[in-house]
Amino acid sequence: MNPPVVEARGLTHVYDDGTVALQDVSFRIAAGESVAIIGANGAGKSTLLLHLNGHLTPTRGDVRIGQTPLTRQTLPSIRRSVGLVFQDPDDQLFMPTVYDDVAFGPRNQGLAEEEVGRRVQEALERVGVWSVRAKPPYRLSGGEKKRVAIAGVLAMAPDILVMDEPTSGLDPHARRQLIGLLADFGHTRIFTSHDLDMVLDLCPRTIVLFAGAVKADGPTRDIFADAALLAQCRLERPLALQACPRCGRTQD
Amino acid sequence: MSAPAVLAGLLDFRRLDLLAAEDSALHRLDARAKLVVALAFVVCVTSFGRYAVAPLLPYFVFPIAVAAAARLPAARLSRQVALLLPFALLIALPNPLFDREVLLRVGGVGIAGGWISLVSILLRALLAAAAALTLVAVTGFPAICGALERLGMPRQLAVQLLFLYRYLAVLGEEALRMTTARELRGGGRPLSLRLYATLVGRLLLRTWDRAGRIHLAMCARGFVGDFRSGERSRFGRREIIYVAGWCGLFLLLRTQDPTHRLGAALLRLFQ
Amino acid sequence: MHMADALLSPAVGATMWAAAAVAVGHCSRRIRSEDDERRVPLMGVLGAFLFAAQMINFAIPGTGSSGHLGGGLLLAILLGPHAALLVMASVLIVQALFFADGGLLALGCNIVNLGFFPAFVGYPLYRRLAGSAPGAARSGIAVVVAALLSLQLGALAVVLETVASGISALPFGTFVLFMLPIHLAIGVVEGVVTAAVVSFVRAARPGMLPSVAPSGGPVTGVALAFLAAALALGGVGAWGASKDPDGLEWSIARITGATGPDAPQTAVHAALGRFQQQAALLPDYGFRRPDGAAAPTPEGQGAPGDGASGDRLGTSVAGVVGGAITLLLALLVGLVLRRQARRA
Repeated sequence: MNPPVVEARGLTHVYDDGTVALQDVSFRIAAGESVAIIGANGAGKSTLLLHLNGHLTPTRGDVRIGQTPLTRQTLPSIRRSVGLVFQDPDDQLFMPTVYDDVAFGPRNQGLAEEEVGRRVQEALERVGVWSVRAKPPYRLSGGEKKRVAIAGVLAMAPDILVMDEPTSGLDPHARRQLIGLLADFGHTRIFTSHDLDMVLDLCPRTIVLFAGAVKADGPTRDIFADAALLAQCRLERPLALQACPRCGRTQD
Repeated sequence: MSAPAVLAGLLDFRRLDLLAAEDSALHRLDARAKLVVALAFVVCVTSFGRYAVAPLLPYFVFPIAVAAAARLPAARLSRQVALLLPFALLIALPNPLFDREVLLRVGGVGIAGGWISLVSILLRALLAAAAALTLVAVTGFPAICGALERLGMPRQLAVQLLFLYRYLAVLGEEALRMTTARELRGGGRPLSLRLYATLVGRLLLRTWDRAGRIHLAMCARGFVGDFRSGERSRFGRREIIYVAGWCGLFLLLRTQDPTHRLGAALLRLFQ
Repeated sequence: MHMADALLSPAVGATMWAAAAVAVGHCSRRIRSEDDERRVPLMGVLGAFLFAAQMINFAIPGTGSSGHLGGGLLLAILLGPHAALLVMASVLIVQALFFADGGLLALGCNIVNLGFFPAFVGYPLYRRLAGSAPGAARSGIAVVVAALLSLQLGALAVVLETVASGISALPFGTFVLFMLPIHLAIGVVEGVVTAAVVSFVRAARPGMLPSVAPSGGPVTGVALAFLAAALALGGVGAWGASKDPDGLEWSIARITGATGPDAPQTAVHAALGRFQQQAALLPDYGFRRPDGAAAPTPEGQGAPGDGASGDRLGTSVAGVVGGAITLLLALLVGLVLRRQARRA
């Protein structure tokens, strides 16, 4: 089965206090694509992610996953196909042990305990942390927590992975390993991040949000080459693309 | 002053929790068996009269045996139990003041009942604390929650306990960061009421926001208002033997006064 | 102010367990029927929050000492009484298990003393005093008064539970005169701190606190029903449990001046005593009274003299020797088991 397309059409969100968080946002992400959504703080990234999973209801416009529009009725099936990984793993790992946490989603899907066990093992092995399954989350390292949080979502067998700031709070080694892991996934992937070097590694395409609107949408390298755009959106070119201070050359 | 207290609390919690992750025959027993035995133990110990001292001593065999069989670090646990002694002393101290009737004479010196009951209270405190700590150390908190629930505790409280357990360290660390930051600027004095309220208020707001995010994360993974639990351990023959054995011993110690018999026999031997 | 296992008799402990179980059961059903799934994580992390907040000490003005938050009333203001009681119960359970604070048998007492009173007596009083849209001053005063009452009731409960158990020798009157004034001070501090936190939250995020009273009427009714049930249970438990002349009735008798074996309660009391001797699964042991009576007579303040000390000396020396031996045996058992466990 092909993973479905993710589509936003004229998506607008106004919070109760009148703040306009998203303004007429439209994009279409094809199956299997890996896309970054970048922007300064308050640009509307988090609000957008919450719409993709149906946590917020659009003020105007709509979100479609495949052919299914996001409504109250379709919410359970949408949440099954869109896996959302939160920025702070401590918010996501709420069960007392790693195993129980990863099993939380499959159990909610009403699967038999045998199938749950299979899924949990598969997911934890996929992200390389099967060995910590009996531990309570507070005894994991930051990198392990992140992996377990991803496993918790993988165990629900989603088609689309949506991740908020996957590399935040990780040390360089754990960050590098996580990027390697994420590059191997075949899912449709949508990331938000301030880590533009990660974006460069993982996402051929980037959508730039500024003040709730789409400012640019295109190949990542083109966008990072546009200094004026980056400056206007309060972003900075990734280190890998900055000229070497000694010799003036870029990495490639 | 307060940051070390927070830190010490967190450390105690973690160390004890870590012990439960070990493996031994005792660790593998169904949690209900261990819970029931611990409760029976405390009931037996507290059922003695005010002046019971010697009859309480044999009961130390329970925490000692559990700690040994489960390879718990006896010295550390003893220290943690002993640290509760000052508090026990505090609640026992009125006894010598109010109960001055001489109950016992040793070589012409009268010992008031109050002093005897003081020792009894200290022993009770030690035994009760040892029972609670060894229970957690060989069972682990989530398993105890499961056992309580299967013994009739409402689901809501079981879920509440699991959340509390999960976020204890997270919020404890947050509190630690806040108090440390405060103390770096304000020295080691305890907080004034106003500062405390501000600090705790901020912690409360953060906690509230976190609860919102956790709820989102739960919904994202299909939460529909109920927690489904996985496979459960069985109350089998081992458990029955464990419960019957210990409860039998506790009753025997309670009714047969073995200390007195043993002592009397020994004294006769030397006379 | 935790009630401790060391001061508790099984009868009183079990009675309070039963009372706490009723309260927890009722609150759980209520929470389930409200069906607000958002509440699940909120209650959970607020339990952890209270734990963290209790670990931070603050200076009590003018005393040089420091204290910490109780938090029952704060939780009730944030969550309503039913959720607050469950959160409080969870905090007390963790304290009993991980920190041996209070103890397993004393859990029931502590849930009632520190959870039930603030949630179902203090909080309804706060609502009534504060009204529907309180100003800062009125709300603050309401909080302080409610905290004060909760702590007084909690302290009184500790006294009753202790005296009814008969392990501590503190007479009822003295104990009350000691506990209540101290908890008057603690209550004021608790109230001031709670009010300060509430006003901080109200200023920082006005929407967070429930503005409309979640119907004070039924809550008060439930509170009174619980209170009556708990007192009745407690009374029965205390009466039955008090094997000791220093029990509740003795203290009361002393306070009222009705001393001597001819106090009017003897008939009932003797009957109860007989019943108890027959019903008691476990006879009373320990250091024996000189007359050898296993259960001391209810009129026992005809103080046992210190005659017959020779006999008692024999008894006690045997006890001490035997005790030392059993302790050694226990350690030996530990060593053997440890060695076996190592080998396994």
